[in-house]
Amino acid sequence: MSAFITHFAFEFRTGLRNSTQLMMNYLFPLGFYVMTGLVMTQVNPGFRETMAPAMVVFVILAATMLGLPGPLVESREAGIYRSFKINGVPAASILSIPALSAVIHALIASTVVALTAAPLFGGRAPTNWLAFAGVTLLAALSCGALGALIGVMASNSRSVVLYSQLVFLPSMLIGGLMMPLTVLPAGVRPISALLPSAHAMQAFQGLAYGEAAAWSPWLAVGVLAAGGLIALALAIYLFNWDSNNATRRGHPLLALLALAPYVASLALVAG
Amino acid sequence: MNETAVTVQGFTKRYGAFTAVDGISLTVRRGEIFGLLGPNGAGKTSTLECLEGIRRGDGGRLDVLGVDPARHPRRLRDLIGVQLQVGGLPADMTPREAMRFFAAYHDVAPRGDLLQRLGLGAKVDTPYRQLSTGQQRRLALALAVAHQPPVVLLDEPTAGLDVESRAELHALMAELRDAGTALILATHDMAEAEKMSDRIAILLRGKIVAEGTPREITAAGAGLTKVSVRTERGLLLAEGYEPPAVVSRAAQDEYAIYFSADPAPTVAALLARLKERDDRLIDLRVERPSLEERFLEITNGGAA
Repeated sequence: MSAFITHFAFEFRTGLRNSTQLMMNYLFPLGFYVMTGLVMTQVNPGFRETMAPAMVVFVILAATMLGLPGPLVESREAGIYRSFKINGVPAASILSIPALSAVIHALIASTVVALTAAPLFGGRAPTNWLAFAGVTLLAALSCGALGALIGVMASNSRSVVLYSQLVFLPSMLIGGLMMPLTVLPAGVRPISALLPSAHAMQAFQGLAYGEAAAWSPWLAVGVLAAGGLIALALAIYLFNWDSNNATRRGHPLLALLALAPYVASLALVAG
Repeated sequence: MNETAVTVQGFTKRYGAFTAVDGISLTVRRGEIFGLLGPNGAGKTSTLECLEGIRRGDGGRLDVLGVDPARHPRRLRDLIGVQLQVGGLPADMTPREAMRFFAAYHDVAPRGDLLQRLGLGAKVDTPYRQLSTGQQRRLALALAVAHQPPVVLLDEPTAGLDVESRAELHALMAELRDAGTALILATHDMAEAEKMSDRIAILLRGKIVAEGTPREITAAGAGLTKVSVRTERGLLLAEGYEPPAVVSRAAQDEYAIYFSADPAPTVAALLARLKERDDRLIDLRVERPSLEERFLEITNGGAA
């Protein structure tokens, strides 16, 4: 337990004092939130309806998809995990503790968004705060696991950016953050079911705001939970201690199994 | 202190078609420093990495105090201390945090005293990336020995260190040895290996080509002793005198230099010659062959 606390405390502090991680955990998502609150609410007043959950999901994506995977790859490339292995740091800790740290930072920033969206920008407050907190926590944990998996499967610092953006950019465009799924073209709407952000938004809408969602909010909760668990299990299984060591337990393409719940939901939504 | 700590028996490591380590055998006892020497690519690092449990061998047997590193990596952790390579810690981690971090995973109390002793007292809260190479190496050694492991693996521990830090590290290594720790020292620094090692193995192309105490290894070579003589009138240089047991001779900076297979009769003959020719001795130096010369002889010749 002492090792876990010491390790977590170090990772958490790093999330604040490392300039890149500070940027992805707080400065970029909260700065974007303020800009969006100032501009989008004027251009599109309807944005206020989904502003709080959308910006919470954005904060989570920034911390877990943009902030988490890069340092995992850089540490592996620098031989830091070799040092950890020699000293008995388990692979599960190497992955889960930075992921948990990113999740905690995301929850702190999410709390700032949730509590200020209404008073600062007229964002609509949730009708069920407990459900709002629960969905926020689930989305953060699920995305944290997915971020760890991206960090494991990316072979180098260049590819990690590509993989992260493969989740982040579509989430912004068709994940229900900047516009509701109902305004998307009918052919595109089901594809959004491949994105954790879209499921998080449907869960918020159905459970925290008590409104009709594009698909069952409980389906969304199930997909986020299953996707997170599978991603974490795959990340630990595929984890490689050393960039120079060719021995690994499975092909990186196995990581695609983490998409299974999302693909299944796509079939249900499209059907 | 004769208990065997590390056994390497017929050990082989391959990378594809390339054989990095080719059936080597050696033992390291508790309370000794064992030098592992060899040019780049000789197989030192591969051997160490397999002993550390980072890589698996392809043949033979490794044993660290009864533990097979590949099969029982968790049991190995508290038995070995490994000096991490430069860059092996997170850039933002301070020495204080690193000590707490690794001590926690080894379930021991952090050793702030080691950081002080190794000259890191003023840098305990400085991020790793801001430490000099020498400070990073000293931190690596402090972390390697903080949990008091019975076996310590050191890879170029003093490279890039100033004279004072180097002496402190050597003192610490000697202290560990005297306390019964087995140390394996992989180094390119022949003077360090000769000074610190109780026994040495020289690796060349994956095989051990020489093994023994530094004295035994140097004695096993051509073994020519260098005798340098400078006199007031320089007669030895002018005459081209050749004393007994001398294999070859040279001249450098007013010194007549003789490479002798048996220095005693050579020196005696030189002194007698000076007395006979009424020349006065200014300087006489007798230098036995160094480990470095023997190492070069082996690595250039390819055999012991």
